[in-house]
Amino acid sequence: MQKHQQKLNMRQSHVIQGFAPTLGLTIVYLSLVVLIPLSTLVFKSLQLTWDEYLNVIGNARVIASFRVSFLTALAAATITSFFGFIIAWVLVRYPFPGKRFLDALIDLPFALPTAVAGIVLATIYQPSGVLGQFLQDTFDLKVAYTPLGIVVALIFISLPFVVRTVEPVLQEFDFTMEEAASSLGASRWQVFVKIVFPNIFPALLTGFALSFARGIGEYGSVIFIAGNLPYVSEVIPLLIVTKLEQYDYAGATVIALTMLVASFLLLLLINLLQMWVRKRSGQL
Amino acid sequence: MKTQTWLIRSLIAATILISANAFADRSLLNVSYDPTRELYQEYNQEFAKYWQGKTKETVTIQQSHGGAGKQARAVIDGLDADVLTLALSYDIDQIAKKAKLLPKEWQKRLPHNSTPYTSTIVFLVRKGNPKKIKDWGDLVKPGIAVITPNPKTSGGARYNYLAAWAYAEKTLGSPAAAKDFMKKLFKNVPVLDSGARGATTTFIQRGIGDVLLAWENEAFLAINELGEGKFDIIVPPTSILAETPVAVVDNVVNKHGTRDLAEAYLNYLYSPAGQKLAAKHYYRPISPELADPKDLARFPKLHLFTVNEQFGGWEKAQKDHFDDGGSFDQIYTP
Repeated sequence: MQKHQQKLNMRQSHVIQGFAPTLGLTIVYLSLVVLIPLSTLVFKSLQLTWDEYLNVIGNARVIASFRVSFLTALAAATITSFFGFIIAWVLVRYPFPGKRFLDALIDLPFALPTAVAGIVLATIYQPSGVLGQFLQDTFDLKVAYTPLGIVVALIFISLPFVVRTVEPVLQEFDFTMEEAASSLGASRWQVFVKIVFPNIFPALLTGFALSFARGIGEYGSVIFIAGNLPYVSEVIPLLIVTKLEQYDYAGATVIALTMLVASFLLLLLINLLQMWVRKRSGQL
Repeated sequence: MKTQTWLIRSLIAATILISANAFADRSLLNVSYDPTRELYQEYNQEFAKYWQGKTKETVTIQQSHGGAGKQARAVIDGLDADVLTLALSYDIDQIAKKAKLLPKEWQKRLPHNSTPYTSTIVFLVRKGNPKKIKDWGDLVKPGIAVITPNPKTSGGARYNYLAAWAYAEKTLGSPAAAKDFMKKLFKNVPVLDSGARGATTTFIQRGIGDVLLAWENEAFLAINELGEGKFDIIVPPTSILAETPVAVVDNVVNKHGTRDLAEAYLNYLYSPAGQKLAAKHYYRPISPELADPKDLARFPKLHLFTVNEQFGGWEKAQKDHFDDGGSFDQIYTP
């Protein structure tokens, strides 16, 4: 692998010129779409003193909600990553009848209004629902109206993130590397662990990060299946909406901001991890 | 060529539509809470007919429904409501206080504290009442699953909560005992929906819970229209009088030029036609003599207390029980 020695240089030459206008557009667009709305959030929360801020965030119920949100999003992202990887693998590697159909199914969670997803999932997983009754009778497992229900909803909505990020990388994957490893005497397991997986891992991490971020912020589908009990199954977005409905705009903003910062730090961490993995496996 | 003609035609059509709208008669937006859907659907038609007969003007009345808290917040945030028909005066007070869209004394402007009809909270149970739920005290028994929405977001749920609290305080003697009672009660609540309609759906469609604490009209609606023969209404010996007030939003009607229309719309609620409709849709009319006796016969007699006499008004009740750190937060603190 050849390493590019590149100095930090704003003037770069390309076949198609236009660095300045595209960068300008990028900055304007990002400001309008992301930065201005988010900075409003920051300014609004600046109306509170530090003590008031700590009062809102330190509240036991708020902390419990943070725990519920982060743990369920983490669990869902992990499960989605595992199965999403397998699904992407099957879709890319093997030809079989009905493949196009399966492939199209993956995107449905994107298209469906999340509230509809939540209602449908709650109907199926409730104690008298099709799956809910089965799980209850065989495993004594309650899904709807417990934190487990939140995980189910998040798995549903985050499926496309992993499949769609891993799929193109698998498609581009160079078969000859596998063949070379195999002809040099590597077992199938070794080929997968040493060759395939390290190459897919950064994409998988991206998928994981996207699912996780989506899961933390998810409201529509979760509130229908969560049961929304304080300290048990109340997620952060619901707490924000509850605060708003009590006309507590400052409190809502503070929680939103904290959630944003926490998510941002986590995503940053995942991005750094990704860079590190890429460097180690020689993709950079 | 073909697409061009089509484009021109649709442009002309759009222009006609827009200008027709501009010259059309006025419209009103009524922002209400969850369970009034059916009442206002019929009332709006009735009122439009009455108004046309009186002034030859055709009016369109738009409805917006949702959890009372959400609706009030939408109005504060700029939803142009000409009239409000909400679940409790506290929410309209907040609109007056925070957004200053109407004067603080709004409640004195219409008869009976601006309340043309009232309601109360009753129990909806599964057919035959298998768990023998008769009074508020039965709700805390082990093994009873109670469905009620979140009082932080639902007006109906606040009435539920206060009704149970008042019962507990009266029978057990102290606020501390009442809090303990509420703690036990909410241990029996498996799902907290954000609005009354959501809770009704959970109970009726999802089959969760043994008893739904419901608006009286919502309970009647459930047994007559949603699941006939599957539920019974149980009326506890005491409950809370739910005063559901209405108000004209001054700033909005001044802007829209709809004050006369909005005032007529609310006043008509007090007329024989309005009162009849309220009773028909299971609201207790403020002037029962104007309503159909057959409809009135459906309302069982029970002792009703008001938020004012029991809790010293909504402002105080809100602060003591539903604001952050209030009794509702306390009973959930592990």
